[in-house]
Amino acid sequence: MTVATVFKAVGLLAILAFPALGFSDYVLHIAISILLWGYIYTGWSVMGRFGLVSLGHGAFMGIGAYVVTMLWNHAGITPWIGIPVAVIVSMAVGFMIGFPCFRFRITGHYFALVTLALSEVVRLLIVALRDYTGGSLGVTPVSVISADNPSSFLAMQFSDKVSWFYIVVAVWVIGLLIWRAVDRSMIRYAMEAVSQEEDAAASVGVHVTRTKLIVTMISAAMTAVGGAIYGQYQLYINPETTSGIAISLQIVFAAIAGGMFVQLGPTVGAVITLLLTETLRQTVGHDVHGLDVMIYGAMLVLFIIYMPRGVVGRLIDAFERRSETPGTPGQARPQPGE
Amino acid sequence: MGEMLQVRGLTKKFGGFTAVNEVAFDLGEGEILGLIGPNGSGKSTTFNLIAGALTPTAGSITLEGRDITGLAPTQVCHKGVGRTYQIPRPFRKLTILENVALAAYFGANGSISRAEAWKRAEDALDLTQLPVDDRSRVDGLGAAGLKKLELARALATQPRLLLADESLGGLDEKEMDQAADMLSHIREQRGITIIWVEHIMGVLMRVVDRCIVLDHGEIIAAGLPQEVAHDPKVVEVYLGSDAETIQSQVGGQAAGQTETVGA
Repeated sequence: MTVATVFKAVGLLAILAFPALGFSDYVLHIAISILLWGYIYTGWSVMGRFGLVSLGHGAFMGIGAYVVTMLWNHAGITPWIGIPVAVIVSMAVGFMIGFPCFRFRITGHYFALVTLALSEVVRLLIVALRDYTGGSLGVTPVSVISADNPSSFLAMQFSDKVSWFYIVVAVWVIGLLIWRAVDRSMIRYAMEAVSQEEDAAASVGVHVTRTKLIVTMISAAMTAVGGAIYGQYQLYINPETTSGIAISLQIVFAAIAGGMFVQLGPTVGAVITLLLTETLRQTVGHDVHGLDVMIYGAMLVLFIIYMPRGVVGRLIDAFERRSETPGTPGQARPQPGE
Repeated sequence: MGEMLQVRGLTKKFGGFTAVNEVAFDLGEGEILGLIGPNGSGKSTTFNLIAGALTPTAGSITLEGRDITGLAPTQVCHKGVGRTYQIPRPFRKLTILENVALAAYFGANGSISRAEAWKRAEDALDLTQLPVDDRSRVDGLGAAGLKKLELARALATQPRLLLADESLGGLDEKEMDQAADMLSHIREQRGITIIWVEHIMGVLMRVVDRCIVLDHGEIIAAGLPQEVAHDPKVVEVYLGSDAETIQSQVGGQAAGQTETVGA
């Protein structure tokens, strides 16, 4: 067993033992939120790390949350079926937006702008379909739990935070495993090549459009699952908190701040953003509306300029630089794409 | 000598401008063909049409009896055509070995194992005299090294036809000689057919079996290097004051005997 394996095992055990330490529901809620958002940010970074910067992941989150809730509320279909349906819908949307972009070589800023529009389209669609979705007031999944019956497996509704904690840990770990699977696959090499020299990648036989679509659809599917779990956990969703520009930018900021080139980077990004939000909420309160978003914006600019590889990436760089003997060439790591 | 490539009536128009006009030639298996011409003569366009980077306006390209006209670069690669870029386009964030290994893997369209891909990559690096280790990075390569990497990456896809684009640009005389020898060595070792597009004519003439000279998108001369170098049209449009130097390099004095196509 390597040192890394031991670290991972100990870390995971510590996480699993966390609820047994008797923290308040509030602390558990923060922990659940960190892991859930960490998972969503990880999903974003699966494509973001290859220069496919999507400013529209709110769209996939919204699809996940609303497809599952609409199926449950209007057709009585369990989220256990609703989530796979949402995954398929999100992948289809990912394909529809990705295919023309990749086929006609819309990359970089232009791709970001297209996805930005996508997130707003989904938000406006949710608002426009207010007869079904509750519009901007949001909607609550029809509750089947009560004081006597605190949880329903079928409805994926649980009133205790410990159950949710373990569900979210499972989702988060699966997210990390998907991230690693992509990282270790040949897709990573294909995407590294495509993100740097698209023509040259094609000339050595890489199916550029197909590879980008695969990565996009994996990322979309992961994010949709995150949105669905978010809805089930909060038991309330609205267009602003699950889709649209604000949530999409939050995803981008957190993934970049934590470090999108490292497996745990996006999770650290979730820690940073949640602590920031919570601190602001408790100190400033709601007096200054939108303050957290303004700070996100300012920090995003600073991160992109001074720490493009994020907090975790920066730490790893510093560590590697220290452990290097003078004279050996630096083990340069992938830098963010243009 | 089997038939590797047949180009017929190849034409490319950009709006009203005809970059390549009715270009036609045959290429036998194992041949090295020099495609030369002054700037803007259409040689790079011809090259890109064969590689699939551009779609022809008219004409056909047949590789080993199969029509590859209008295929995308990825498909052309899978049909057995490797290409280099005039200005090297390495994947800078990957190591040299990874650059070449991914070419081997995807050039085989994912039909080989990773181990096999890395093996082919090492072989291609050997052939091009680049360091075979998993740490050397692209940043450490100079102009000549980057050209070699282009070549290694193309070779790793196991092409039967190699398109080499202006491999000598930016090299000093010694490096030019080495690059020319390398192409000739690759043909001998692997039997790979090569089309070598080059602006610099001198060294090329020593290595190629045959030459095609383009001017204004049309073939003005084709034949053995020594014939082409003495062709009055070539001397006029291309060689100019360098004519005597080139002619002395390639020898022969067969002015007027060139098999002239088109014009």
